[in-house]
Amino acid sequence: MIRRAVSAVDQRTGAGSILGKALRYVFPDHWTFLFGEIALYAFVILVGTGIYLTLFFEPSTSQVVYHGSYAPLRGQEVSKAYQSALDLSFNVRAGLLIRQVHHWAALTFVAAIVVHLMRIFFTGAFRKPRDLNYYIGLTMLMLAVLEGYAGYSLLDDLLSGMGLAIGNAVALSIPFVGGQIGTLIWGGRFPGTDAFMSRLFIAHVLLLPVAIGSLIAVHLAMVATPHHTQFRGRGRRETNIVGTPLWPAYALRSLGLFAAVAAVLFALGGLVQINPIWQWGPYEPYLGTNGAQPDWYLGWLIGALRLMPHFDLTVGSYTVVPNPFWGGVVFPLLVFGFLFAWPAIERRWSGDRAQHNLLDRPRDNPRRTAVGAALFTWVATIFFAGSADRAFVQLGVPYEGQLWAYRVASFLLPIAAYFLTRRVCERLREEESHPGRGSGARAVARNQEGGFEELRPGSAAGVADGERG
Amino acid sequence: MIGRLLRLCRWLWRIAIAGVLLWLRRGKEPLPERELPASPRAEKGVAALLVGAGIAGAAFVLIYGFDEANTQLLGVAAATALGLLAIALIVAAQAIVPQETLSEERPRFADPAAERGAEVDEIAMRAREGIDGITRRRLLGAAGGAAALGLGAAAAAPLASLGPRVGDRLRESPWRDGTPLVEENGRPVLADDLTVGGFLTAFAAGSDKRDLASSLVVVRVRPEELELPPERADWAPEGLLAFSKICTHAQCAISLFRYPLYPERSPGPALVCPCHYSTFDVLEGGKRIFGPAVRPLPQLPLKIEAGRLLAAGELSGAVGASWGGVEEGS
Repeated sequence: MIRRAVSAVDQRTGAGSILGKALRYVFPDHWTFLFGEIALYAFVILVGTGIYLTLFFEPSTSQVVYHGSYAPLRGQEVSKAYQSALDLSFNVRAGLLIRQVHHWAALTFVAAIVVHLMRIFFTGAFRKPRDLNYYIGLTMLMLAVLEGYAGYSLLDDLLSGMGLAIGNAVALSIPFVGGQIGTLIWGGRFPGTDAFMSRLFIAHVLLLPVAIGSLIAVHLAMVATPHHTQFRGRGRRETNIVGTPLWPAYALRSLGLFAAVAAVLFALGGLVQINPIWQWGPYEPYLGTNGAQPDWYLGWLIGALRLMPHFDLTVGSYTVVPNPFWGGVVFPLLVFGFLFAWPAIERRWSGDRAQHNLLDRPRDNPRRTAVGAALFTWVATIFFAGSADRAFVQLGVPYEGQLWAYRVASFLLPIAAYFLTRRVCERLREEESHPGRGSGARAVARNQEGGFEELRPGSAAGVADGERG
Repeated sequence: MIGRLLRLCRWLWRIAIAGVLLWLRRGKEPLPERELPASPRAEKGVAALLVGAGIAGAAFVLIYGFDEANTQLLGVAAATALGLLAIALIVAAQAIVPQETLSEERPRFADPAAERGAEVDEIAMRAREGIDGITRRRLLGAAGGAAALGLGAAAAAPLASLGPRVGDRLRESPWRDGTPLVEENGRPVLADDLTVGGFLTAFAAGSDKRDLASSLVVVRVRPEELELPPERADWAPEGLLAFSKICTHAQCAISLFRYPLYPERSPGPALVCPCHYSTFDVLEGGKRIFGPAVRPLPQLPLKIEAGRLLAAGELSGAVGASWGGVEEGS
């Protein structure tokens, strides 16, 4: 029966040989390769749950009086978008489950991409011939952040409106053309016209997902063409790949991972409340709430907006570069620009222009690992600065003091991270021990005075002993 | 010091990773090999897990069918079904199907040093053959560039239809001399609505409340506390002050008013934006005293007629976030 199916496909498409190759496609066995797969599967779940949500959601800012099943809001003027989001949460069976799974999947999607990016960075997987694919991956990360922001902005609840107000301010802050760009996208001054809502909607449900989906297809094709990277090990060379073939063990394992990701997301969506928009209430430009926090992947930007001292670039009495530009545009551009530039910087620094299919362990290239650690420390420090107001409310640490501490830390911690990481990597490399598997045993020898001294590889006694033992 | 830190890292690392390592059976070295581990016991176990997943899926449908489809139960049922399926697939992958480690040669990519070099030369030659015999390459190139530029501009131009021209749109405001202040429900704001330390939100009568320039915060302080600049001396009758409610940093609504309960020890009255904690001094007419905002909060001059609050002029500056070209000090 299997033979008949294969033959039927081959007769009609001539794809038999490709299929045969695909079944034997070899995947390396290492747990760090799972993060990219988790991101992929989160995306699949996002598309599935997202399609279900579009069947009920109405992207419109026209105002209606709420008469739905959430009693505390009855009689309030709300937008149709907000009303339909409430209705699909309360009146559509399984609607709330799907909405919460969608939100959790979005958080997971971006998180998995970031961890995957760290894996790629610290193991040098971005080197030729994979640098193009690394750029595609970075582009997808930016699109994923934008897609998530567009998604939670659609609901027109108080938090999403505050997020859009900040987004509009960041758009306005672009020098020279900011006013035009903001007015263009929003169809006027903030909060904009009804047209803005439909633009945001089509961006969230069509433009951005199609862009991400197409880039995923290219990304995977460009992973498969040169085959996966692999760590050094017995029998593993630059020119081969050792691991588990797709069929059957890897396919089952990967589908198992898909089911596991889905299971966790459904458990979260069912049991852990996320973004209860009925508690925030509808958005009006004149309403605000204290303690507003965005989804986690925007934390680094709110941190940057808060940390930035009050400074505009002015000419005479006119503002040329308003303040939100520094934290909202320059900071993310610096981070992404550096990540995009890194393969070229490293090529120049090391003079290494060869193709690499074998991965470095992080310690194998102390300088790269230290630079990566410094960059991620920088972003993480600013990310945590975004939660300073919560730390003030929960722990009573004065906000102003925290702000100054974070400002200093955002300069000092990356430098400290650089030198510490570099030293640790060099030490590990010298000792040739693994942080996870390094043996705690030490070889000692009795010396002529009757005491003991440690044998180090390379020391005269060590060589002699090594030969003896 | 470094050595001790390393040891500590080592232990943390060991604990964190041990579970993952065990689960993935990191013990064996991968070498080309194939074994058939299938055992009747593992097969029975996987079958049981799959049946369990099916039952949990059916339970999801049952719960869904009930009137009060409970989100928590639905989530647990779906997660159980998917979780059992995940375990079944992973057990099957590890203990039923043939375990194989393969070694495959990689396709070779162009490398100046490697044998693909000749192939690259050939492709480049073919590409060059396509433009053989053309004499005016530069002219054609420039003309093509002109075509691309014009067509590109034509393709991009309709984007301008998205929005109106900026013009003065970002400066528009419903406030004129004599515009009455009203509350959210349209009731006129009276001077007596506010006691010292009080705070309310007001709008321009007859305007759209969603208009960014319409909303105000009105506060009352003791008149003798005021430190307004001389030209604003008469903007705050009876200690009543009105400011735009929209923060000049990133346009969130100023929803926090701090009024000192014990002025000797506490900082003075201020308006605070909850998004990035820009803080504006009330007594000095909306001057920024903390946070990332740069421009002061626009102030509206007030007057009282027959107990009602009216605007006595226009807002002192542009409402909302700054954009390139806005006047700094306003």
